[in-house]
Amino acid sequence: MNYRMMGKFISRILAVEAVFMIPALLISIFHAESESVFGFLTSIVITLATALLLYLVCRKARKGFYAREGLVCVGISWIVMSLLGCLPFYFSGEIPRFVDALFETVSGFTTTGASILPEVETLSMGNLYWRSFTHWLGGMGVLVFVLAIGRGREKSDGYTMHLLRAESPGPKVEKLVPRMKDSAKILYFIYVFLTILNVVFLLFGGMPLFDALCTAFGTAGTGGFGIKNDSIAGYSPYLQNVCTVFMLLFGVNFSCYYMLAIRQVKNVWKDEELRFYLGTVFASILLIAWNVRGMYGTLGETVRHAAFQVASIMTTTGFATTDFDLWPSFSKAILLGLMIVGACAGSTGGGFKCGRTLLLIKSLRRNVRQILHPRKVQVVRVNGQMVTERVLDNTNAYLAAYAFIIVFSFIVISIDGFTPMTNFSAVLACFNNIGPGLESVGPTCNFADYGLLSKSLLIVDMLAGRLEIFPILILFSRSTWSGK
Amino acid sequence: MRIIIAGDGKVGSTLTRQLVAEGHDITLIDAKAEVLEVSEERYDIMAVQGNCASMATLKRAGVEEAELLIVMTGADEVNLLCCTIAHGMNPNLHTIARIRNPEYKDQIYQMRHLFGLSMVINPEGQAAIEMERLIKYPGFLKRDTFAKGKVEIVELRIKEDSKLCNVSLYELTNIVKCKILVCAVLRNSKAVIPDGNFVLQAGDRIFVTASTRELTVFLKNMGIITHKAKRVLLCGGGRLSYYLSKLLVQDGIQVEIIEQNQDRCMDLANQLPDVTVVHGDASNEFLLEGEGLGECDALVTLTGVDEMNLFISLIGSNAGVPQIITKLGRLSNNNILEKISVGSTISPKDLCCNDIVRYVRAIRNQNGAAQAVNVIADGQAEAIEFLVDENTKHCEEPLKKLKLKKNIRVAGINRHNSFEIPNGDSFYRKGDAVIIVTGRDEVIYQLNDIFLP
Repeated sequence: MNYRMMGKFISRILAVEAVFMIPALLISIFHAESESVFGFLTSIVITLATALLLYLVCRKARKGFYAREGLVCVGISWIVMSLLGCLPFYFSGEIPRFVDALFETVSGFTTTGASILPEVETLSMGNLYWRSFTHWLGGMGVLVFVLAIGRGREKSDGYTMHLLRAESPGPKVEKLVPRMKDSAKILYFIYVFLTILNVVFLLFGGMPLFDALCTAFGTAGTGGFGIKNDSIAGYSPYLQNVCTVFMLLFGVNFSCYYMLAIRQVKNVWKDEELRFYLGTVFASILLIAWNVRGMYGTLGETVRHAAFQVASIMTTTGFATTDFDLWPSFSKAILLGLMIVGACAGSTGGGFKCGRTLLLIKSLRRNVRQILHPRKVQVVRVNGQMVTERVLDNTNAYLAAYAFIIVFSFIVISIDGFTPMTNFSAVLACFNNIGPGLESVGPTCNFADYGLLSKSLLIVDMLAGRLEIFPILILFSRSTWSGK
Repeated sequence: MRIIIAGDGKVGSTLTRQLVAEGHDITLIDAKAEVLEVSEERYDIMAVQGNCASMATLKRAGVEEAELLIVMTGADEVNLLCCTIAHGMNPNLHTIARIRNPEYKDQIYQMRHLFGLSMVINPEGQAAIEMERLIKYPGFLKRDTFAKGKVEIVELRIKEDSKLCNVSLYELTNIVKCKILVCAVLRNSKAVIPDGNFVLQAGDRIFVTASTRELTVFLKNMGIITHKAKRVLLCGGGRLSYYLSKLLVQDGIQVEIIEQNQDRCMDLANQLPDVTVVHGDASNEFLLEGEGLGECDALVTLTGVDEMNLFISLIGSNAGVPQIITKLGRLSNNNILEKISVGSTISPKDLCCNDIVRYVRAIRNQNGAAQAVNVIADGQAEAIEFLVDENTKHCEEPLKKLKLKKNIRVAGINRHNSFEIPNGDSFYRKGDAVIIVTGRDEVIYQLNDIFLP
């Protein structure tokens, strides 16, 4: 295993992280919050020192970076990044217990949005900003960012593909253009552009700049940390609708935007995953609006709340405008289903991904037909292209790993004695990077009451969910660390 | 530059490595997903799986925005079709196709505009030309020509009993008594661009620049006896054998081909009436001896299997054949081969890569582009020929006053058909051909790139 090369990557990631802490520091200074100024200063110094130390130790890395190194590197870098990212909360004393601070940060970087804070509004401005910004950074991935700003494109090798594959969600990750650096740049350009658009729309609706920035970060990363106790409920209907639209936009595969930009509108329109995603969203909105009719005053309000909640859960954001825990069972069941399906592959959202669900449905349909017509040779096609058996096998394996982790986590966190529904939805909400679950972890509640073991497990679940299981799972495998 | 390479085979992947390193954006097309996966993990490229002659695949590979298409699939017909279709989709596209079938070779070159072809590559044909040159002037491991054949860079191995052993380059001219320049040395698999203090050692492979005339003198003074080859034995009767036999027969050399396949033997006997075609297994020592291995002047191993070629070459070297040439297809790591005596090794894929790379650099740099690019010293150095034009800096200034980048040497200046080995007082002027040897730290696109900024 090429540890030095990994160290070099991680040192770059930490340097980027330290640089991104500076705006939060400035905000703290501006608002004269002495504790958080101290918190950020110490954190920046520690992060930079760690980065420098790693760089000095790993400077002379030999070449040779393969799939295993790529996976392990992504897994470890996310863990290290979270450990250092939680320092501002811890040092400023605003989240006094370390595991809570770590939970909050991992929840931020993995764009989960699950919180252990009963009173969000008590946080200082600097920490609120940093908390929301972790969403934005984690949404597209820090490694992708490092690849985009990294050294000259001529010198890059194929190994960067391993990093992109490990960090970007989806069953089949492909570059947009031949060069990795250019692909990463395009992704970040789209990401920044959409985020700015979102901020502008929010400002237009009269939202204060700070709120607009934090909300846009939460939306862009499909994270879901609100800066108000009641999430988005306190804002005007216009602002809620803006959030709905942008959440849905960030749940779309970013390569669709690239194809739009290079005027391949037809390919976008014909994209089966996008159709599946939008179809599911609209069907769910209709069903829920019908189911919760009468709970709200007007039809418009009903549809608005239904659409917001569906968009929020499907894209795994986790904002809320209403306490959907009070909705009838049917609606809650739909939301639970959406939690699992998740957003499109190649978006900032989490979950099992629409693309994989589509593949599973298609391969299931094929297998059923195979029973009726055993000698028929059938291939699974998506967007007119044959899907190889290997991709299908990987998807099935992913489903198995996904199911095992949910069952295992569900059993373990049940030790803390909450109701099965709470525990089940808590696992789903963390593992799929959504945030709020149902009952005791519903949109108006939080994860503060879980014990140390459960919180630690949920932290691992969040990371595993964001990185699509294998980069984290591989860290627990003995064969990763043995041998050369 | 955006380049599409169709066919991720031996040549395709060698080209990919080279062109990615030169900073081009490469999209690879191949029908096999597994092959593409390997390339995708090794190089920073995009891969498209599909039939390269279909419009849909070409479109996915972005043929409309590409500048160059290089088609290297196994079938000539597919290569042609692919270029024709791609050219139809994008009339500004440059296309290079590999055409190997001797029956197509000439007709396609003549009709290349009809097919939308910019360049036709025939690796076997080129390798045959290269081998013929080696056989005509034995004594070198490899030779590359520049300035329309008037200047050469040859490769020699310094043996322990050589006159050049433990000689510094300053003293070299006194010993060989002719004007030559050692422009690169390969020692312990590492290429060095030497200066005057450099001392040659046994085992070094040296690359010498000289005019073709001086080269004969050099050989004589070095004590390397060269007698004209009269009888050459070729093992394996593939396309390369065919091309090579034709060239050798023209030179009046006696050629014998040993080929295993009866039908192929009949074809060859039919196409090459002046050549003796023998049906049999070339790896059979008795057969080789029976066919006069001991008396032949050169042995060329050209079967389709690299291991077989190496083995037959070893048999030949044991039997004391003066010159041995080994063809390598898949293997091209010469470091390992240095330890066994298999003579010169020639790899058709590297030769055709050289030509394509030169073409690519020429597109990128319409003015002042390289006239020839030859990769030497196991791919660690490059000899490039440029024409000095009005844009070239430092014309008529003595070379000792110029500040060149690291690992770059002016290895020759050709002026009005007279070749000069440059010293500190030499200079070049407009119309000269200049040969540059570089350690490949960076790509030299035009002559002005050799100066420090």
